[in-house]
Amino acid sequence: MIALDRLCRTFGPVIAVDGVTLAVGKGEVLGFLGPNGAGKTTTMRMIAGFLQPTRGRAEVCGFDLARQPIEAKRRIGYLPEGAPLYGDMTARRFLGFTAEVRGFDSTERRRLLDRVVAMVDLDEVLDRPIETLSKGFKRRVGLAQALLHDPPVLILDEPTDGLDPNQKHLVRELIRGMAQEKAIIVSTHILEEVEAVCTRAVIIAEGRVIADGTAEDLLRRLPGHNAVVMTVPATQAVATETALQAFSRGGPSSVTWSTAEGMVTYRLATQDGRGAPMSEVASLLHAAGVRFEALRTERGRLDDVFRMLTTGTEASHAA
Amino acid sequence: MLREATAVTKRELHGYFSTPVAYVFIVIFLALSGALTFYVGGFFERGQASLGSFFSFHPWLYLFLIPAVAMRLWAEERKSGTIELLMTMPLSTTACVLGKFVAAWIFVITALAATFPLWITVNLLGEPDNGVIFGGYVGSALMAGAFLAVGSCMSAVTRNQVVAFILAAVVCFLFTMAGLQLVQDVLLAVFPPAVAETVSGFSFLARFGAVSKGVIDGRDLVFFVSMIAFWLFATVIVVDAERAA
Repeated sequence: MIALDRLCRTFGPVIAVDGVTLAVGKGEVLGFLGPNGAGKTTTMRMIAGFLQPTRGRAEVCGFDLARQPIEAKRRIGYLPEGAPLYGDMTARRFLGFTAEVRGFDSTERRRLLDRVVAMVDLDEVLDRPIETLSKGFKRRVGLAQALLHDPPVLILDEPTDGLDPNQKHLVRELIRGMAQEKAIIVSTHILEEVEAVCTRAVIIAEGRVIADGTAEDLLRRLPGHNAVVMTVPATQAVATETALQAFSRGGPSSVTWSTAEGMVTYRLATQDGRGAPMSEVASLLHAAGVRFEALRTERGRLDDVFRMLTTGTEASHAA
Repeated sequence: MLREATAVTKRELHGYFSTPVAYVFIVIFLALSGALTFYVGGFFERGQASLGSFFSFHPWLYLFLIPAVAMRLWAEERKSGTIELLMTMPLSTTACVLGKFVAAWIFVITALAATFPLWITVNLLGEPDNGVIFGGYVGSALMAGAFLAVGSCMSAVTRNQVVAFILAAVVCFLFTMAGLQLVQDVLLAVFPPAVAETVSGFSFLARFGAVSKGVIDGRDLVFFVSMIAFWLFATVIVVDAERAA
């Protein structure tokens, strides 16, 4: 439902977005990741029709943003970065205004308002001026504005930024609840959010897409992905090391270890990121007569993938 | 388009009247126009049942009061980021520009209409030509519209309301002054007479002067209406230019 084709945008000499090609279909929640200044917001602004691309095309539900902007915008719900709002209006008036601009008559307006107020839980502040609301409520008014007309496409620029953990949870539940029948793009800095709500993650840096896949796909890129970590008594360290050497012969891998309180912890990681099967390690240790205290698989963290991909030249080669 | 523009107009009008801006403006407008009419214009000393002394100060009053109304039209939206909301809704830039302008115009006309006691007063004191007075009000409203359209464009140029105010005041000042001998002399010294004549044709002062004296010439009305159309068109271009690649 969202199709970007070699989208570019420059601001004077600065290249903000440099050839982004993406397709997001119904039922997908795309997590849009990248360092500050990577071009996330600029890309979202182009999809929402606020900025025109320098080159390339953006299409929403088959409508080209450049040629049929109004038709495309009817089908988009957009939460701009920082959720700007008309502070002098009450939430009710503001949402009424949005519905009116979108062409709903007064009975429909009331129905849509009731629906969205229940969705984001705005009832108690509906008649207060927006500028007097707390940050969490302001963000919810912004979300309500984006969801009001039940659009098939949602573009949310950092919807949970600055919210407390409960409010973040609420917003994530909301997104998850709508995911089935919409195409959603969510930008975020919080990588746990990607695992929590997104079906797919795209990392962009310097205006280019450098990674695109599920959270699991991204984690697989980590050198230590699926490393097996085991803790054994120090007295059995020699036996463990011998057993692990047997495994090492099977393929490229590395072993690191640390000692604490009479226990030694080993971390066995393969270079290809496929990891060592835990069962295999367990039977090796068993055969060597090692009685391990703990054995677990390390998936690695998205934060590490993000850092690996967005810093250093080696990372970008790997991508 | 009309529906969207109307929605914008309603929102803007609500914005004027939900804050002290509207009331402060109306009170200052009434106080100043009253003071100028009676003390500077010599309403009583003239001994005429007319509002000539009232209307003659309007161009000067508008010169700084209208830019104060217009300065927030776009600069505020850009500063607070709400322009992003507005421009991602399914409405054209033209509808937005028109909606905002009409709201500001309605607001200024409201302030102008609030001077009606003056009209009643001259009718009580004598027998004025009410047609002339009505013409004066129409002309004043049109001139206010032209000032507002200039201000709208200047407000779209910047996100700083003070800059918008100064730019609008300067441009309005140039249009007001264009017909004065002072400006004409300078122009005649440099350009051929045809240029000076053309420039004087753009003078708000001369156009409004004729209308407020009851000489309702179609050309003067067309002048103000086309001024409004031109500056609003310029506003659309400026607003779109910020988003263009």
